[in-house]
Amino acid sequence: MHIVVCAKAVPSTTEVRMDPVTHTIVRDGRQAVINPFDTAALELALQVKDGVFEADGRCARGVAGGADAACGGLRPSSDEAACADATADTAPADRPAAPVTVSVLSMGIPATEALLRDAISRGADEGVLLSDRAFAGADTLATTYALTCGLAHMPTADLILCGKMAVDGDTAQIGPEIAGALGVPCVTDVRELVAVGARRVRAVRGADNGTEVVDVPLPAVLTVAKEAADLRMPSIAGVRRGACARVRVLGAEDVGADPARAGLAGSPTQVVRSFVPQRADEAVRVEGTVSEQAAQVADLIEGMAL
Amino acid sequence: MSGLVIDAARCVGCRRCEKACATAGIVVEGRLAHATEGCVLCGACVDACPVGAIHIERGSAADEGDLAAWSGIWVFAEQDAGQVLPVAFELLGKARELAAARGCTVTAVLGQGCGGPVDGALTLAACADRVILAQDERLAERDASVYAPWIAQLAEEMRPEIILYGATPFGRELAPGVAVRLRTGLTADCTVLEIDPETGLLQQTRPAFGGNLMATIECPAHRPQMATVRPGVFAAMARTRSQLRAEDMPRQLVRGLLARMEAAKVDPRLEPQVAVVEKRRADEGASIAEAPVLVVAGRGIGSKKNLALVRRLAELLGGEVGCTRPLVEMGWLEYRHQVGQTGVSVAPKLLVALGVSGAIQHLAGIGGAQTVVAVNEDADAPLMGAAAYAVQADCVAFARELIARLEARAG
Ligand SMILES: Cc1cc2nc3c(=O)[nH]c(=O)nc-3n(C[C@H](O)[C@H](O)[C@H](O)COP(=O)(O)OP(=O)(O)OC[C@H]3O[C@@H](n4cnc5c(N)ncnc54)[C@H](O)[C@@H]3O)c2cc1C
Repeated sequence: MHIVVCAKAVPSTTEVRMDPVTHTIVRDGRQAVINPFDTAALELALQVKDGVFEADGRCARGVAGGADAACGGLRPSSDEAACADATADTAPADRPAAPVTVSVLSMGIPATEALLRDAISRGADEGVLLSDRAFAGADTLATTYALTCGLAHMPTADLILCGKMAVDGDTAQIGPEIAGALGVPCVTDVRELVAVGARRVRAVRGADNGTEVVDVPLPAVLTVAKEAADLRMPSIAGVRRGACARVRVLGAEDVGADPARAGLAGSPTQVVRSFVPQRADEAVRVEGTVSEQAAQVADLIEGMAL
Repeated sequence: MSGLVIDAARCVGCRRCEKACATAGIVVEGRLAHATEGCVLCGACVDACPVGAIHIERGSAADEGDLAAWSGIWVFAEQDAGQVLPVAFELLGKARELAAARGCTVTAVLGQGCGGPVDGALTLAACADRVILAQDERLAERDASVYAPWIAQLAEEMRPEIILYGATPFGRELAPGVAVRLRTGLTADCTVLEIDPETGLLQQTRPAFGGNLMATIECPAHRPQMATVRPGVFAAMARTRSQLRAEDMPRQLVRGLLARMEAAKVDPRLEPQVAVVEKRRADEGASIAEAPVLVVAGRGIGSKKNLALVRRLAELLGGEVGCTRPLVEMGWLEYRHQVGQTGVSVAPKLLVALGVSGAIQHLAGIGGAQTVVAVNEDADAPLMGAAAYAVQADCVAFARELIARLEARAG
């Protein structure tokens, strides 16, 4: 089984300072890190590789929404039934085809290579960096296009994991767009992986009002919530491996990308204006000592007849 | 050709662009700036250049004639077990406004299982010029594997100029699936939508850059123009606060509404892929989205133990507890309490904010609140300006006082 994790380099802080005079963003001195949602996706992939989700009757993680042991008889029977189901449906005949390999795919500037090495030091097998000025200025559609070009130049992916969203862009569109481009199903906001087989995956996803346990056939794209997993630290051996690993750096031509569909040229959307929101300050100031203020607010609330 | 273009005649080699760039995408050599492999075309250098020597060149747009073939505004009406979600009516309200400016029609698109009630479709018909309705078992469960190709095909055939989606969990999965199939743009989580009446260009404004900025985004050369909007951002059309019921309506009205419906088919080759094995409702406590009163805690409450005060205040006011994102990140409260752009959009009658600064992502979620009381030590915190009542005080002391008073008044 081949798992591809799509990862993005983002500024280490999203607390962007504004220049009070020019109203432009002050971006100096911000280090790039892997988007925190993508680190959760990477950790899940590594856990699959470790065999954590092999549905072998142990019900390795159960279908519990919380941390408690789902199979320990602590949960209501419906959960147990679902749990038994998970194992019955997916195992033991259906385990991920061995070996499980994990690749990390990123589109970014050349410096992003360091982050891919870091991913390898934590257990990923391969890093592929799509880096080319032709990819610059991409919106979600053009990013999706570049990533699918990259995917086409890697061993066929059985499972693609993305972060649920990027902390800097916050559109949450890349995962579902990749799924749409490849014509494979997508599960978004995955809070927990339950079972991973060779042909399908069971996962818990966020829903309108709670969560849902879903089954999806592979290949598929999953987008992962931050709470799904915390990325492990690299081992000493891993750091060494990362340091000498070869990250494949591919340009637009290498992956056969049509320049008209990549980068700025391939982006249907454009930012035409950005501005600091102006707020009309019409607030009524509630003055006095804390006690007087509380009294006024209590009156106000009483007057509202809630 | 598109990319960063530097006017050598204007560039004075001042290096402001170099300093403004976060990705080492531009360097100055020999008193002349040039772009490097690191350039991501973010535009920071364009803003920083004092002599206007830098601009971003875009490739030429598609020919205009093609764009004119697209007209009308569509709203994707999401249903859950046959019930149309309220956000569809919020979007229809906004769509009507845009359509009035542009002089075009509004269409609601609804997919549901076979033999379900048509009440939802009738209510939509009361708010739109037309309802495209597909009744098909494969649409009963919301699975983008069926919905996305279905909507993409409809749009290709019928050519709407704009499609709006609710930014619900499903809408956020569906809309990108449609966008990539139609190879068009999609703007997520818009808080303002405006239209150019002449060109039909949709100006889509959303928070950007960690919320310190608002960005207005356009999709000039591709159609349809597509945007998602969080539930609660726009007000629903008044007459649709509750779903109409066919049996309560005069037959003639029903007939009139039915006449606005157009049946659509789903490609027989499409099959649902994602099977829902189990649904789990979030336990304990009502959803904060519909709470009539909310007490929202921010980092200013200082410590986790002060949440007890927040809870007590909410209880006295008959409301629920909300919070800002840092509190969820610190593990003080569950995610479902988070108010804001990446949390829940709320619309209470009364919202009391304790120690909340009012970052734009947070404000994006409270647009529907009727009366906001902000309590903050800092009179200049953004929420103090955005609120109806600003209380400059220590929020913990204030909460204690208010609780004492409310308890006393309750007897
Ligand atoms: C992509 C993205 C999405 C985001 N989505 C959301 C979201 O959905 N919801 C959300 O809330 N945030 C969101 N955020 C985070 C947001 O930018 C802010 O960081 C966050 O809202 C700030 O929370 P806060 O007001 O609790 O904390 P702070 O900004 O730290 O504000 C604390 C406030 O408390 C005041 N204070 C301190 N002590 C006291 C006291 N004793 N008495 C009274 N006042 C006191 C301070 O003056 C200050 O104004 C998002 C950020 C990003 C980048």
